[in-house]
Amino acid sequence: MISNFYVPPEQLTKERAEFARKGIARGRPIAVCEYADGVLLIGENPSGSLHKLGEIYDRIAFAGVGRFNEFEMLRTAGVRYADIKGYSYGRVDVTARGLANAYSQTLGQIFIHELKPYEIEIMVAEVGVGDDDSHIFRIQFDGTLGTVNRFGAMGGNDAKVAEVLEEGWNPELDLPSAVRLATRAIESAENRAGTEGAETRTIAPADWEAAVVDRTSGRRKFRRLTTEDIAGARTTERT
Amino acid sequence: MSPGKDELTATGPVLPLQPPSLDASFSSLLDDRGLAPRWLTGGGAAAMPEVPEGTTVVALRYADGVAMAGDRRATAGNLIAHKRIQKVFAADDYSAVAIAGTAGMALELIRLFQTELEHYEKIEGTRLSLEGKANYLARMVRNHLPLAFQGLAVVPLFCGFDETAGSGKLYTFDVVGGRYEEQDYATTGSGGGEAKSFLKAMYRTGLDQEGAISLAVESLVAAAEEDAATGGPDVKRGIYPNVVTVTASGLTEIPDDRLAGIAASVLEGRP
Repeated sequence: MISNFYVPPEQLTKERAEFARKGIARGRPIAVCEYADGVLLIGENPSGSLHKLGEIYDRIAFAGVGRFNEFEMLRTAGVRYADIKGYSYGRVDVTARGLANAYSQTLGQIFIHELKPYEIEIMVAEVGVGDDDSHIFRIQFDGTLGTVNRFGAMGGNDAKVAEVLEEGWNPELDLPSAVRLATRAIESAENRAGTEGAETRTIAPADWEAAVVDRTSGRRKFRRLTTEDIAGARTTERT
Repeated sequence: MSPGKDELTATGPVLPLQPPSLDASFSSLLDDRGLAPRWLTGGGAAAMPEVPEGTTVVALRYADGVAMAGDRRATAGNLIAHKRIQKVFAADDYSAVAIAGTAGMALELIRLFQTELEHYEKIEGTRLSLEGKANYLARMVRNHLPLAFQGLAVVPLFCGFDETAGSGKLYTFDVVGGRYEEQDYATTGSGGGEAKSFLKAMYRTGLDQEGAISLAVESLVAAAEEDAATGGPDVKRGIYPNVVTVTASGLTEIPDDRLAGIAASVLEGRP
């Protein structure tokens, strides 16, 4: 006869949360920030084919940090959710808020019911068109759902990345300036986290993964930035 | 549900975002959720009253890619059901699809086809090949066969730019889902025969974009002169054919004001 020992919920959630946090902190951060024409998502990702950023629907983009297979599963589930909703009703009825709620429910359930919680954090960004504001949502491993105001970060050193973004962000940033700010934030967060005075590591343009949802694009507003886009934006900084 | 499928989906609690199947197909997803349009999955239908039908669409190859055009008329029996129906659509950024046949079903088929292509692209991270898209469309037409027997046929025309081959391609279909690649031009619909005869006489290889659009529009005008179900350009009401071109740089919808000029010079030159 198997008997289950009682585990107080405080202890259960605490241990699971510690496990998940540890996994997430090992990963590289992703920064998100609004710019004049949309929302930029960017992070270091040397792999050209395993994406951390993805298109969900016309105005909605996805970003994930942590274990690839876990957030990839949520990304495809999100695409399915959005396509079904848009096909059954109308394209404008697919919103980031609805999707973020579904993600939050799913991650919340997984956190409690599965053998191990997902070691991921995700963001859903929706660019506002016309009078609408842009919306950015952050969903944590335990299903905690929060809104991100204008800019933010997740993954390892997220607080330090957000600090640098806070110092440099303003609503009039164009895309190249936003790329400069976000790449600088991620690089300096990593350097600050290391030993003080250590050599500053510069991340090569090809090792960034960046995407935007841009309100000046056509119906599908998601677009990946090329290595040239990033290199171009960063060269302007030095001259 | 097959036992294998059961094992795949029965993992833990039912979540708002259910565990994914291993499939990138949007249609099978709709099937899973019980949302598939019945007529596409072979559900029966009683004998239908007369419903609107779309008529003539044409496509042809030119120097940079392909052009596709469709008239704007839908008929129900001897009535003109719609004057401004759209029959030519962007399937995705590099392909276009046009329909002839029962309008209601054809439009739904196109919407599903568009969603399918976008869904595949997002899930897989890469676009289907042009041939893959044509094959998929053929399967959709084949699934529709039971209703075609009841007089509700849908026959699309598909064209696009093949990014691997670096050239434009045309495909025609029949009601049983047969898929045929065409060399220079293709037509379908009630005025398709007339339009085809016209294109056969007038087609030249290596046309430029302007020439291709103008030839496509003129073939529709020729069809409209012989076929009552095909609508020619209506200058008074500002109704012009829908025209798109697909080239290496993607799909372009030709705006009405440009078509107005082309239609005017085509009508001017008609004998």
